[in-house]
Amino acid sequence: MTPVTSAGAPSRSAARDERKRRLGPLGVLTHVTLVIWTLLVMVPIVWTFLASVKSEDEIFGAAWSLPSTLHWDNFARAWEQARIGQYMLNSVIIVSFSTFGTMLIGSMAAYVLARYPFRGNRVIYMLFVAGMAFPFFLALSPLFFVVQNMGSVPVIGPFIGLNTYAGTILVYIAYSMPFTIFFLSAFFRTLPTGVAEAAMVDGASHTRVFFQIMLPMAKPGIISITIFNILGQWNQYQKPLILLQDREKWVLTQGIADISTAAGYDADWAALFAALTLAILPMLVVYTVFQRQIQSGLTAGALK
Amino acid sequence: MLFNRYRRGLFIASFLAAPVILYAIYVISPNIQAFYMAMTDWRGVTATPNFIGLENFQRVLGDSVFWKAVTHNLGLLILLPAITIVIALFFAYLLNLGGSKGVSGIRGSTFYRVVFFFPQVLAVTIVAVLFQQVFRPDGSGMLNGPLMALGIEPVGFLSNSGIAFWSVLGVLVWQAVGFYVVLFSAGLAGIPRDVFEAAQIDGANRFTLFFRITLPLLWDTVQVAWVYLGILAMDAFAIVWVMTLQQGGPDWSTTVMAAEIYRNAFGYFRFGYASALGVVMFLFTVGFAILSLRLSRRERIEY
Repeated sequence: MTPVTSAGAPSRSAARDERKRRLGPLGVLTHVTLVIWTLLVMVPIVWTFLASVKSEDEIFGAAWSLPSTLHWDNFARAWEQARIGQYMLNSVIIVSFSTFGTMLIGSMAAYVLARYPFRGNRVIYMLFVAGMAFPFFLALSPLFFVVQNMGSVPVIGPFIGLNTYAGTILVYIAYSMPFTIFFLSAFFRTLPTGVAEAAMVDGASHTRVFFQIMLPMAKPGIISITIFNILGQWNQYQKPLILLQDREKWVLTQGIADISTAAGYDADWAALFAALTLAILPMLVVYTVFQRQIQSGLTAGALK
Repeated sequence: MLFNRYRRGLFIASFLAAPVILYAIYVISPNIQAFYMAMTDWRGVTATPNFIGLENFQRVLGDSVFWKAVTHNLGLLILLPAITIVIALFFAYLLNLGGSKGVSGIRGSTFYRVVFFFPQVLAVTIVAVLFQQVFRPDGSGMLNGPLMALGIEPVGFLSNSGIAFWSVLGVLVWQAVGFYVVLFSAGLAGIPRDVFEAAQIDGANRFTLFFRITLPLLWDTVQVAWVYLGILAMDAFAIVWVMTLQQGGPDWSTTVMAAEIYRNAFGYFRFGYASALGVVMFLFTVGFAILSLRLSRRERIEY
């Protein structure tokens, strides 16, 4: 126990003066630099939020004016006519299934490769990890034809070809394997063997040991890589660009890019800013709530 | 015993089946096919592609647009990691050791870390559209508005071919810095505090503290950052494709290898030629990997 509170504590203002004295010119400069970068980050974002409630005339007027009345109808148009609602739903569907699938089969593969020596183990592991060295654009054209051909597979073909959710999800999962397996197998290797062995002696099956003992023990690693995959798959642009050419199936990144590039000067600029706001705001809110987990999750992914 | 081994084998096979099959179909097979497709004139219409040997690669040599793209990728490869790492190291140092005594964090460091990280959670395409608006050439652009109000000529951030590349670089740095501040902060947190305190007692000032103590101890993390940023610089597709004029313009001043591969494949339907460009890009990637492993090899510091 350390005596901290009340007795003899200096008043708030005295503490502030003390801090100022110690801060010195270098300390002030430090804060100025940090504030400048904060503004560099925040100003473009806040400016976009402001423009999202302006009228079309105001958007083409002075860049730094405040909106005279709040045009919430911009959001309605972005959601309905520019179909941001539909694109967002598509993104959510694809990313939830692909992240779940990636984590399920990725952790299964990583676990077996990390803890079960068998002939060919090393080869399979190296094949997966080698995937990180190949740029996606090398596989770009053949992948398009592979997915197109999957469309003519009997029975399941119509569900996994081009312009399908499931087809896109399978591609996302496959391309998430290298890093997921690389990271998680390193993680599974560090877990103690005692608990798993005890459970086996008690008669638990290999599958049961994995789901009920190893997976819960690997939770920190699983959370890290789940965050990494959610952000990575939410971010996708070039994969949906070739796999989802049907407007109905577009994901959010495609929708936003299209409003600004293809539409040109006939575009509904107010709706574009509203669409941008709709795409940015939820991400910032979710991030701010989970910032601790997201930051440590992503950096752990990079430092492994 | 025999039954146990059989069960173990069955378990391994059942856990590996799905990931291996998916990976083989969607990753391994397209990557192998790409090397073959690169030697055909496949345009996606005929029944079977025509084998033409190395002809595509000869054409690559004379493709001036692609070589412009290569130059831009190499420019990004040097500048993006260099600028991002310098800025991020500086901020990470200020946030973690910039406190009054030079060994403690400064006030509000959590706030700064959270805000700096914002751009990282936004999809690259969203950032690209955002900056398209920021960079608008007229008086209603976020940057040109105040400039014109001051009577200064508007800057063609995206329309002037001498400036556009720097705008692309600027946006990439803007997005990346926050992540590396957090990464380096995590690295710094792993170094015991007494190392810094001992150095200070021995008379090290902030400058020596940074260059002689902090940087060497963080070297492993800097290496990781360099590789990650290198991968980012090699791609840079979404920013260029969505933000710049004519998707790589004006006048090919911002295009990158990935954009030319995509354009040749899905713009001109030259799948064979695009695959050849893909092979060239692969060779650059491997070259970069080998080079960065060589250059960054150094004695590891244990603490």
